[in-house]
Amino acid sequence: MAETKPTARPLSPHLQIYRPMLTMMMSIIHRLTGVALALGMVLLVWWLSAAAMSDDYFNLVQELFGSWFGKLVMLGFSWALIHHALGGLRHLIWDTGRGFELKTVELMARANLAGSFSLTILLWIVGYGART
Amino acid sequence: MSLRTPLGTVRGLGSAKTGTEHWWMQRVTAIANLPLVGFFLYFIVAHLGAPRSAVVASLANPLVAILLALAMVSMLWHMRLGLQVVIEDYVHGAAAKLALLLFNSFYAAVLGAAVLYAILKMSFGL
Repeated sequence: MAETKPTARPLSPHLQIYRPMLTMMMSIIHRLTGVALALGMVLLVWWLSAAAMSDDYFNLVQELFGSWFGKLVMLGFSWALIHHALGGLRHLIWDTGRGFELKTVELMARANLAGSFSLTILLWIVGYGART
Repeated sequence: MSLRTPLGTVRGLGSAKTGTEHWWMQRVTAIANLPLVGFFLYFIVAHLGAPRSAVVASLANPLVAILLALAMVSMLWHMRLGLQVVIEDYVHGAAAKLALLLFNSFYAAVLGAAVLYAILKMSFGL
């Protein structure tokens, strides 16, 4: 066999070559929200573990989570989770072999975005409203 | 020419040593997550800023405790499978990849153990 030397071959065009499109951004956001949620999970496990420990410690953690920054993080976490769940629903539909027409793909992408924002707002209105 | 039958080839599972389990479990946990995520988010928002006694009182209800435990297990399982794909896609050094894949598995296991302990402890009123 001839010696195989790495040669400077042209690489296939990568992401930055293409004009950003909605469906492409949705794919990236799906992965990004997945990774962000994985990081966020440690916060929620911390929060629940604190609740299992003591009143004093939980009060401290609740103060952190209840601060404007904590609320912002939790708002972001809930949006990411809802967005990722709806994105997953699109994938489950595609898994059945349906919904590959360009019009449908575009429509589902838009519905995913609209759904994630409106459901996040609904969640916080209802969730906050349920508190006594 | 291979003397193996098509069935034997499938059973052997090749050099990857696995078949479609990863893909399949990603879907199984995704379907389980759909209702569980809704419950999980509602639980968080409803208890954010609440006193400890309110969280403990909610978890005293076995339905709430079991649903929360199922949500955590299913989400952490799904998380581990997803992060595994991300690591395999972007990390190419053998040592770094192995280290991150191990860390990924341990991360999910530790979070799962910690959160199940917390849920059970509160649910049992300990």
